[in-house]
Amino acid sequence: MLLFENIILALNGLRANKMRSLLTMLGIIIGIASVIAINTVGNSMTTSIEDSMSSMGATNVTLGVSQKSSSTETSSSGMTFNFGPHRTEMTDDDYLTDSMLDDLEEKWPDDIEGIEKTESVGTGIVEDGDAYANVSITGVNDTAFTNEDLTILSGRIFTDRDYEEGKKVALVSDYFCNNLYNGDTSDVIGQQITVTYNNKFYHYTVVGVYEYDADSNYSSSSEYEVATSLYLPLQTAFDSEHEDPQYSSVTLVTSTSTDVDNFMDEIEDYVNGRYYRNNDNFEVSCSSMSTMLESMTSMLSTISIAISIIAGISLLVGGIGVMNIMLVSIQERTREIGTRKALGARNASIRTQFIVESMVLCLVGGLIGVILGIVIGAVAAHQMGYDASPSTGGIIFAITFSMAIGIFFGYYPANKAAKMNPIDALRYE
Amino acid sequence: MAEKEIIIDARDIYKRFYIGQPNELEILHGISLKVYKGEFVAIVGASGSGKSTLMNIIGVLDKPTEGVYSLDGVDIMAARDAELSDIRNQKIGFVFQTYNLISRTSALKNVELPMLYAGIDKKTREERAKELMAMVGMEGRMHHTPDELSGGQKQRVAIARAMANDPAILLCDEPTGALDTKTGRMVMDIFHKLNEEQGKTIVFITHSPELAEECQRVLTLSDGQFIGEREGAGCAAV
Repeated sequence: MLLFENIILALNGLRANKMRSLLTMLGIIIGIASVIAINTVGNSMTTSIEDSMSSMGATNVTLGVSQKSSSTETSSSGMTFNFGPHRTEMTDDDYLTDSMLDDLEEKWPDDIEGIEKTESVGTGIVEDGDAYANVSITGVNDTAFTNEDLTILSGRIFTDRDYEEGKKVALVSDYFCNNLYNGDTSDVIGQQITVTYNNKFYHYTVVGVYEYDADSNYSSSSEYEVATSLYLPLQTAFDSEHEDPQYSSVTLVTSTSTDVDNFMDEIEDYVNGRYYRNNDNFEVSCSSMSTMLESMTSMLSTISIAISIIAGISLLVGGIGVMNIMLVSIQERTREIGTRKALGARNASIRTQFIVESMVLCLVGGLIGVILGIVIGAVAAHQMGYDASPSTGGIIFAITFSMAIGIFFGYYPANKAAKMNPIDALRYE
Repeated sequence: MAEKEIIIDARDIYKRFYIGQPNELEILHGISLKVYKGEFVAIVGASGSGKSTLMNIIGVLDKPTEGVYSLDGVDIMAARDAELSDIRNQKIGFVFQTYNLISRTSALKNVELPMLYAGIDKKTREERAKELMAMVGMEGRMHHTPDELSGGQKQRVAIARAMANDPAILLCDEPTGALDTKTGRMVMDIFHKLNEEQGKTIVFITHSPELAEECQRVLTLSDGQFIGEREGAGCAAV
């Protein structure tokens, strides 16, 4: 009953001193807004990554060759460097080879459903008079191609023979057709195209057209300029470079029943023990979407902690500001306090009145902060390409916390008011 | 005359300040005062006579250093802080020279305030506050804030507020001190009406002998002691 009256009274007070209240709340607003903003960004990131994880397959394990940490030079100060001139170039002996991968498939037939192998040759151009199309030449094996999840608009995909014999066949995008074939996706089938790459000419027969997904392939170039993938059978790509098949990283598609973490450890131990034991500079390491997510989350939580500390300082300063303004307010309203006591207010009623007032002040500040934080966080998340999803827990915490600040920093002034001598308070000018 | 109910019973009240210090000061030197139910008593004194100190003690804002005081049968000397608050709330209606209305809240809310502290529910509070406002002729300005009222109007709201919990006494400290003669007269008439029609006990503190003359009994305070007691004109009027 009295609480409700006190809240109304406090809100009236806020309205009567708008500017002063706003300035007082600023610290709280900034503090809460920054916490909520970083929280929203973080939550949006994790939610989006988790979503894409399930669509891209949480079961994918990336096996990559990386520099051994022990091979990095240790300076006299004990700090390790892993960059610049100290980096060792990979030689042919350091890459993963088909025979190694075949070995893995034989050893874990139940766990490995396929191995995605890709070879990025580079960016080339296909010209026809003034018209041209940029292409990113990519060799793929059948597992990799299937996992790309492409929509075929016309023609066909690669056959087993294309892969095995390294036939000079290619798939192009609908963008490619727009640039060179007036958007006709069936005209191009069976055509011989000439790709210029690295000042050399390569000839391929187009067997199919896939739909380019502009949304998932972010590019700053215009639609005409964008280099869409020109897919080749993996063997064809290696043949064009006159190289033996070798990879710096491949993706192992594991079965859904596989314990990914365990599997990653096993693979690492096996490959390092068997193939990289005598390699002074390189070793292999595994990562999966979930380990990527973990490292991202830990990075994010580091940022969160840093921002939270800043926000904490802001909230502390804000709280002191609230305390300060409450002390001023109590001084100004000494006569009112005296009158209330003469009318029969107990000390506890006076104390409650001013604690509620400081709580309302902080709560309104907290609410403004939450709204501001959600807006900032949503804009930031949107800029980073994630769907904004503010976390309910964070919001509840922020509101509760701002109320707690109100109580904590309001107690001392409220108690001071409660303990005023009514005679002196009534006589105060 | 039949035995009258005693409302204020104060005996040998001493009030000292700065006790034990070189500048120890005794303001009240053993004052005794009896006020009966339904009386309209004036306490007159020049400034520095101890009027304010006596009023604070009668109004339970302060405790005497020495003496016995019971208000409407309650022993004040033994009461603790929270109990003193409740006594002020239930038994005393203050009317100040400077009105002391709470700014930013409506006149009606001001009248409700003592009832709020008494824990009376919202509906009853509102009804009672409206009745009281009507009683002092302020029913038309209930929702105005004190800033929007004239001095006389403010004092009428203050009287309504003092009557909120139907106190045992109305304690008025120079209630017409800040008003012009005409509005001061109007406020005095309200007190007479409350005294005559509702039998309200009123203790009226003033430095003006003319206003004191209207009351039934006039006590003159000088240098911390009562130096005279006489019947006022108000007595004859009844």
